[in-house]
Amino acid sequence: MKVALIGNPNSGKSSLFNQLTGLRQKIGNFPGVTVDKKIGFCRLNNQTEIEIIDLPGTYSIYPNSLDEQVVLEILANPANKDYPDLIVVVADASNLKRNMLLFEQVNDLGIPTILALNMLDAANEVGVSVDSVKLEKLLGVSVVEINAREGIGMQGLKMVIARNLESPKVHLNPAVIDEKDKAIVSQVTEKFGIKNEYLAAQYLAQTPKLSFLSFDQQKDLQALVEKSGFDADRFQSDEVINRYADIAHNLDQVISIQKEEKIKETFSTRLDKILLHKFWGYFIFLTILFVIFQSVFTLASYPMDWIDENMGALTDWLKAILPESKLTDLLTDGLIAGIGGVVIFIPQIAFLFAFISLLEESGYMARVVVLMDKLIRKFGLSGKSVVPLISSMACAVPAIMSARTIGNWKDRLITIMVTPLMSCSARLPIYTILIALVIPQNTVFGIFGLQGLALMSLYLLGFFSALIAGWLMKRFMKSKERSYFVMELPTYKMPRWSQVGFTIFEKAKTFVFEAGKVIIAISIVLWVLSTYGPGDSLDKAEARVIAENPEAEQTDLDNKIAGARLQSSYAGMFGKVIEPVIKPLGYDWKIGIALIASFAAREVFVGTMSTIYSIGGDNADENTIKARLRNEKNPVTGEQVFSVATSYSLLIFYVFAMMCMSTIAVVYRETKSWKWPMIQLVYMSVLAYVSALVVYQLLK
Amino acid sequence: MTVADLKLGEIGVINSFSDSKLSLKLLEMGCLPGTEVKLDFIAPLGCPFCISVGENYQLSLRKSEAATINISFPLN
Repeated sequence: MKVALIGNPNSGKSSLFNQLTGLRQKIGNFPGVTVDKKIGFCRLNNQTEIEIIDLPGTYSIYPNSLDEQVVLEILANPANKDYPDLIVVVADASNLKRNMLLFEQVNDLGIPTILALNMLDAANEVGVSVDSVKLEKLLGVSVVEINAREGIGMQGLKMVIARNLESPKVHLNPAVIDEKDKAIVSQVTEKFGIKNEYLAAQYLAQTPKLSFLSFDQQKDLQALVEKSGFDADRFQSDEVINRYADIAHNLDQVISIQKEEKIKETFSTRLDKILLHKFWGYFIFLTILFVIFQSVFTLASYPMDWIDENMGALTDWLKAILPESKLTDLLTDGLIAGIGGVVIFIPQIAFLFAFISLLEESGYMARVVVLMDKLIRKFGLSGKSVVPLISSMACAVPAIMSARTIGNWKDRLITIMVTPLMSCSARLPIYTILIALVIPQNTVFGIFGLQGLALMSLYLLGFFSALIAGWLMKRFMKSKERSYFVMELPTYKMPRWSQVGFTIFEKAKTFVFEAGKVIIAISIVLWVLSTYGPGDSLDKAEARVIAENPEAEQTDLDNKIAGARLQSSYAGMFGKVIEPVIKPLGYDWKIGIALIASFAAREVFVGTMSTIYSIGGDNADENTIKARLRNEKNPVTGEQVFSVATSYSLLIFYVFAMMCMSTIAVVYRETKSWKWPMIQLVYMSVLAYVSALVVYQLLK
Repeated sequence: MTVADLKLGEIGVINSFSDSKLSLKLLEMGCLPGTEVKLDFIAPLGCPFCISVGENYQLSLRKSEAATINISFPLN
């Protein structure tokens, strides 16, 4: 049995989904599109378990964005594998009139429905009370009062769902198809063998949006529309106006409003006076961003140091107790070095996602959209691009997907193209290590950590280059399409900590398993490539070093041998091949290996570096990644490899470089063409190379 | 007179729309002819506008979009 949750944005649909399914959910994709499809399982009683699908929030079944289109595609197509047996319409009781529009449309499609009245407490606060018993009688379908935030009414809702699955009910609305459209609608019902007239009308009104119809069917429908003069826009606006009249008539009988004499300023309105203030608004926004970066750096450093030390200790311990062999080396230098490179960044990723989900949860993100709209419109973006841009500080993949809420294609495409310039959490590891190498741990004015400031400026660099790139693209792209900004401004809410916890858990899990798989696999491959070489070249190199340095001390000799072995391994050969290209940027062949390895996913860089540099270094105190890099010396000149110039050059390179297969794949899926991801890859690579070159040559 | 001409805190009643495509979106969000709208905020740089729709919820829209909503003043 399939039950779908549907409702307006901000109606509390997702909270209800979490309440009903707990942690028993999985996130997939709707076929063909990358809209998140959240499915969970819920046990109603001893016998029945149902599958619950959380549909994207929408105001009506007339979509304005690709997210919303998913709802139409499922509900208008009984053959869809996600077509529900029952729909729970989640409605915000404090704004019931608008929420009922979707309810009526869903019913007219002939899908059995339950109405879940949410946020009754918020309604009471503004003096609105709803007689749900009377409403149930009036509508003829079950009406359930719930509080999704607190989890109140869940048992009742489950019971009602179980009852409705046995005896489904549909509410009947007054007809929305008027006399003059009757004839053409009945032609559609006959031709397509569908019984439902409202569905037939949707075939006519939204032909191009129903992708399950074949090309010929769409052509037939278009011909019908043209012949009969069916006006889709008029049909839609008449429908909405008629429905609202009916809804108002129904709700007048069940809603009582107790107005206080003087309308109090609500908490949200008062807060908006400050947060949307022309000076304080921006000041607070920048402060919030600043606090995020400071805490991502400072607070997360404690668990990170702890993890780093323990991974080092684990390596030492294993090396001590296990017999010296290639297998032990694979375990310590390959596998554990790789895992260490993954685990250490969990704290930072958790902090970042915690802040982003707090901004979303509290309703502040919508204010940021309002604050920024006019500012970034000049750069070919829209205020709504702010959400993808900020989310991209966590990960570009979901961020690019969230650009779907931007209705206008040009705005959306520019957003997609510039979003990967924002520094994502996969760049954090690289920034962290390199900043720690070159920026002292000082504070300025006593409170601002210099390293945190450096981190923030890297993020700002990414942000400003995204703006510039957007501005350039705006020049080159032509579009006649109108863009709408219109959006609901949700009231401020206290964030639900469980929801924040959910997000952190989910994102950290995704990072560990998805990115982790790649990182560990590459670490192991890398270990193999750097431990073996063609023929016996490694042994020859070792013999040569021993012959050349007859009087060297044992540790010095060991390091020289390890270096020589790495140099003549397969990995060393790859590194050598690209060295001429990257030398002007200040990188040696070892960094070259890491660059190649991180081409698929930039987060591999640090893991790779630690794998490469752990081969050969076996001093106990050198087993933390940072220490290893710091001690790395150029064997010829004896200079530090990670000099200030090289480190800055690498930092800048990673700010701009598009090193992420997943992003390329998601851009391809979102734009449905290879043209855009390829343009993106080229422009970002050129930008990265040139900027790193300039930085190195200036600082050298 | 349109929503874009409202002063802060002023209330108007929606009459009609001058942009039919945008009106479809506004209609489904509850901006129906006859609904009262109040201008709550104007973002710091003069755009977007934030309006209350029928005292139920807040809508944010650009000034150019606000200018497509024709209004009259309520009778009281």
